[in-house]
Amino acid sequence: MSIVVAYSADRYGEAALTHAAEQARKERTRLVVVNATLGNKLVDDRFAHDADITALQERLAAEGLEVVVRHDLVDDVADAVVAAADEERATLIVVGIRHRSPVGKLLLGSVAQRIILEAHCPVLAVKPAA
Amino acid sequence: MDLLLEGFQTALTPENLFFAAIGVLLGTAVGVLPGIGPAMTLALLLPVTYTVGADSAIIMFAGIYYGGMYGGSTTSILLNTPGESSSVITAIEGNKMAKAGRAAQALATAAIGSFVAGTIATVALWIVAPTVADLVVTLGSPSYFALMLLALFAVTAVLGSSKLRGFIALFLGLTLGLVGTNTGQARLTFGDPLLADGIDIVVVAVAVFAIGEALWVAAHLRRKPLEIIPVGQPWMSKEDWRRSWKPWLRGTAFGFPFGALPAGGAEIPTFLSYATEKKLTKHPEEFGKGAIEGVAGPEAANNASAAGTLVPLLALGLPTTATAAIMLVALQGYGFNTGPTLMDEHPDLVWALLASLLVANCLLLLINLPLAPIWAKLLRIPRPYLYAGILFFASLGAYSVNFQAFDLALLLGIGLLGFAMRRFGVPVLPLLIGVILGPKLEEQLTTALKISQGDVSTLWSEPVAVVVYAVMGLLLLAMTVRGVRRPAAAETNPTDNEKELVER
Repeated sequence: MSIVVAYSADRYGEAALTHAAEQARKERTRLVVVNATLGNKLVDDRFAHDADITALQERLAAEGLEVVVRHDLVDDVADAVVAAADEERATLIVVGIRHRSPVGKLLLGSVAQRIILEAHCPVLAVKPAA
Repeated sequence: MDLLLEGFQTALTPENLFFAAIGVLLGTAVGVLPGIGPAMTLALLLPVTYTVGADSAIIMFAGIYYGGMYGGSTTSILLNTPGESSSVITAIEGNKMAKAGRAAQALATAAIGSFVAGTIATVALWIVAPTVADLVVTLGSPSYFALMLLALFAVTAVLGSSKLRGFIALFLGLTLGLVGTNTGQARLTFGDPLLADGIDIVVVAVAVFAIGEALWVAAHLRRKPLEIIPVGQPWMSKEDWRRSWKPWLRGTAFGFPFGALPAGGAEIPTFLSYATEKKLTKHPEEFGKGAIEGVAGPEAANNASAAGTLVPLLALGLPTTATAAIMLVALQGYGFNTGPTLMDEHPDLVWALLASLLVANCLLLLINLPLAPIWAKLLRIPRPYLYAGILFFASLGAYSVNFQAFDLALLLGIGLLGFAMRRFGVPVLPLLIGVILGPKLEEQLTTALKISQGDVSTLWSEPVAVVVYAVMGLLLLAMTVRGVRRPAAAETNPTDNEKELVER
C-alpha cells in the first residue's frame, strides 16, 4: 500500500507533495514521489535538481515518513505516474493542477488530466493556496 | 577614411540597420543553443541571399557571427555547456562564478568584455585588412597556392584534438570538391549529368551542419535536463570593473593576431588568455573557484579573434572558421571574385561590412545586457520543435539552390556523412574548408603551371611561397617532435559530453 504523488519542481508540485505527505502520515503508508521528464529539452524547470531531490527525501524521512523517489527520464510523464501507482499498489495518486488558458488547452495536453482519466485508483487534485 | 565613412553610410540606412538587428538577435539566439551555431544558421540562411541585396545579407551575416560569440558565453556561464567551441574556456570559471551566485557579474564581464574587444579588433581590422590586401594583390599564383595550402594544413592540423581525424575530414572535403566537370574532364560524376555541375557548396554546408546535427540529436533525443542557474539582470560592481579591464585588453591582444593568421580559430587565443590571467592575477586563490579575470580575458579573446578571422577572409579569400567559410560561400554566390582583389573591386561592400561590425557590436551590447534572462529561456524549447524547424529550412534551402529533387537526395546522403562524422569525432570544419578551397587551390595551381608552361619549380619561385612552405615545415616538425616527446596518451582529452558539443 502506498500513496503516489506526481511531483514537479514548482508551486503546483509542492502543493501536491504537501497534501500527499499529510495523507501518508494519516494513513501510515509509504509515499512514492514521481518526478519525471521527457528529457527532450536542454533545461526543464519542472524536473527537480538532484540536490533538491536529496534534500526533499531527507526532509520527509526526518518527519518519519517512508519515502521512495522515482526521478527518471521517461517516454510519457502521465504513463510513468500511472505505472508507478500500479507497481506500488497505490491507494491514492495526488496531482497538482493549474489554470490553463484556452489557447494553452488547445495547444498542449495536460499531464494531470491524463493521470486522472487513466489511473486505476482515486486521484486527489490539489491547488496551491492562492 | 572616405571609404569608411561611406561604409557607415551604407550600414546605417534603416534597411541595413534592420538587417543588422535581425542578425544580432538571431546570432545571439543560436549562440545560446548548444549544437546550433552561427555556421549552421548562416548555411540555412544562404537561400536568403537570392532575394536580398549583397550589402544587407553580408551585414546580417556579420551580425550573426558576432552575436554567436556573445550567445555562446551565456550558455557556458549558466549551464556549463559551451554553446560553441570558443566558449569552452569561459565555462571553466564562468560556471563556477554562477554557482557562487555571481552569474550576473560573469554575464556582464563577458558582454562588456566582448564589446570592448570587438570594438578594438574592428578598428584594428580597418587598418590591417586593406594593408594586407594591398600586399597580397602583388602576389602571384604560386604564393597564393602556398597560402591556401597553409590554411588547409593549419586548420586541419593545428586546431582540433586529433590530426588523423582532421585529415580524414579534409580529404573527404577535397573529394567532394572534385566532383564535376569544371576542369573540362568529368570527375567523380559516375556518368550522371546531375553531378556534372558539381555538388553545390550550399548543399554540403546545410547537410553537414543542419542534417548531421539533427540526426545526431535525434539519436540522442532523451537526455537528462541540465541544471540551469537562475539569473537576473547582469551588472558589475566597481571592484569587478577594476579586475576586468586589463584582462579585456590582454584578451584582445591575444585574440586579434591569432584570428588574423590564416590558421585562425578562437580556441588557442582563449586558452592563452586564460593561462595568462591565471599567472598574472592578484587573486590566484579564486582561480578554479570562479575568478572574474578567467571570464573577462577569454571572452574578449574570442570576440577579438572573430574580428581577426575577417582579415584572411576579406584580404585573401581564405576562411579559417566555419562561419567565415559560409560567408565566403555567400560572397561567391553574389558572383564576387573572393580573394585579394575583392577589396579593390567592391570597396563599397567591404567597407559597409567593416562599418557594420561596429554597429553590430553596439547593438549587441544594448540587446544583451537587458535580455540575458530571456535568452536563457530559449534553452527550454523542446528539441523536437527546434529541429523540425531546422530540417524544414534545410530542405527548403537545399532545394532552392537548383530546384531539383536530386539535391535533396544529396542533402540526405551528405547529412548521413555528417552524422557519421559526429559519431566518430571527426571535425566538420576541415571538410567544409576542403570543399570550398579545393577547387580554388586547383585553379591557382593550373594558373601557375600554365604561366610556367608546366615547370613545377615555379611553385617555389616566389619568396612568399618559400616562406610559407618553411612555416608549414616548421609546424610539421614541431608536431612530430611533440608527438615523439609526449605520447598521445598524455594529451588531456575533454570528457565525452564536452567533445560532442565542441567538435562540430
